[in-house]
Amino acid sequence: MTTTTKDPGVMNPASQAASISGIFEEFTPGTSFRLVLNKVLSLLCIALALATFVPLFSIIYLLVIKGWKHLGIATFTQLPPAPGMAGGGIGNAIVGTGILVAIAMVMAAPLGIFAAIYISEYSKYSKLANAVRFTAKLLTGLPSIICGVFAYAMVVVTTGKFSAVAGGVALAVLSLPTILLTSEQALLNVPKTFREASQGLGATTFQTIWKVVLPEAFPAMMTGMMLAIARAAGETAPVLFTSLFNSYWSKSIMQPTASLSVLIYNFSSVPYPNMVELAWTASLVLVIIVTITNVLSQLAFSRK
Amino acid sequence: MPEKKVTTSESMAEASQPGGSQAASPEAARNLIEVNHFNFFYGQKQALFDIKMGIPRSKVTAFIGPSGCGKSTLLRNFNRMNDMIDGVRHEGDITLGGRSIYDPKLQIIALRRHVGMVFQKSNPFPMSIYDNVAYGLRVSGEKNRRVLDEVVERSLTGAALWNEVKDRLRDNALGLSGGQMQRLCIARAIAVEPEVLLMDEPCSALDPIATAKVEELMETLKEQFTIVIVTHSMQQASRVSDMTAFFYLGRLIEFGPTQQVFTRPGQKQTEDYITGRFG
Repeated sequence: MTTTTKDPGVMNPASQAASISGIFEEFTPGTSFRLVLNKVLSLLCIALALATFVPLFSIIYLLVIKGWKHLGIATFTQLPPAPGMAGGGIGNAIVGTGILVAIAMVMAAPLGIFAAIYISEYSKYSKLANAVRFTAKLLTGLPSIICGVFAYAMVVVTTGKFSAVAGGVALAVLSLPTILLTSEQALLNVPKTFREASQGLGATTFQTIWKVVLPEAFPAMMTGMMLAIARAAGETAPVLFTSLFNSYWSKSIMQPTASLSVLIYNFSSVPYPNMVELAWTASLVLVIIVTITNVLSQLAFSRK
Repeated sequence: MPEKKVTTSESMAEASQPGGSQAASPEAARNLIEVNHFNFFYGQKQALFDIKMGIPRSKVTAFIGPSGCGKSTLLRNFNRMNDMIDGVRHEGDITLGGRSIYDPKLQIIALRRHVGMVFQKSNPFPMSIYDNVAYGLRVSGEKNRRVLDEVVERSLTGAALWNEVKDRLRDNALGLSGGQMQRLCIARAIAVEPEVLLMDEPCSALDPIATAKVEELMETLKEQFTIVIVTHSMQQASRVSDMTAFFYLGRLIEFGPTQQVFTRPGQKQTEDYITGRFG
């Protein structure tokens, strides 16, 4: 009670009623300002939240408008046209991107997954585990062009040619930390009780991992892999000077290989309208591939 | 209100063994597990102080005491489950059937087959009921379908679960009720035919009906297995156990036949705890 009456201990029903009805007339200084400010800030947040959709939808809108004209069967089956010619497709680039990503995953997935098993199941707090974890975290922030430089020095220079393998190595280095860290997280999310139950029944550490822990962690590990694939598929810098480009179907993984991202880079700056249009179509296809991969990874994760 | 009531469970009021901690002397033959001057540390923190006791064969021994008193820690040492935690160490020894469980020649996998464990939270694997029960045998190399079928049926029957699940052995175990899951975990543990069954608060997450079933089960299981159970329920300890050990702050305060511990506790602390007057 804020009022100072003679008998503060006893609640006076009459004064209580008066104080309650008082709130309807109550007007403390600053109230209306606070209410207005609240409204303004709420509206501002809504407006800015809506604004985040603008870039996303503009990009997709632009890609669809500019890219769909060239989309057809030929897009996937034909080679890019010679400068000044009409028609053609981006078949070799789509296949090339697939090959690059496949090579990268063949190299990075086993490394990342086994390293994750080691640092989460066998030796969680050892110096080696901490070093691996720390390195992986640093590598996630590595600019992708550095991966390209690395693969150039390691593969292109030593083999003497640009190749799909060199591009694959660059993308593998790029995806390895993502795969390792998401796999480790997936393993850590498996309840400890499963491991205890399994070992309590006389299973070895390996049996516990193989029969109980991995099956449980598998969906989340796949999600990490899918995200790594989606990112690798869209990278330009690492493949630009490792697998270079190829106007034809590549016959071997030791040849220069076309990829969607490099095709976009090359074709968007030429003076031939047909090739510029193809670059737009390639962009649209790339976005669709990345989107599908992301959606698939979400599905794999939620199935659980 | 847990009062000083003692049930009539035919705890074979062993006239011998007058309270206090047991020596490992003449009864040694009757005791399956002997704990000798056992100290246990989590890093710097000492969790158990000079524990000395013998767990009798084919009896139910209950460990009681307030949270953090070390009873689970001791239980989890019997199958060396604590080895999975980093930075633990021990002093003293624990023997099983006369042989040290810390013997370097002993395979920890073999030890865990002989000393099974049922956990506080039922933890069936996310696989079928059949595969859960067969797990322990499969990891030790049993592949014969007929043997597995037989063991699964025998274990589920032993855990009083067979009639409830026999028509859906292929269903995922996570679809069972909480009480069924815990009995499944018991079936899984007894499938490998251990000598000792460790139960770490097996009923703390169960409703009274499921609890009664598990307790009934213990009564029949003790014919085959030596059971050690950690429980927070005084009533449960008095209902199911033959021997009771009271732990406090990492020390074994009192150990004796259940009836005696509950009716004529030798220590003031024990009496205060079992009558709920703990301060």
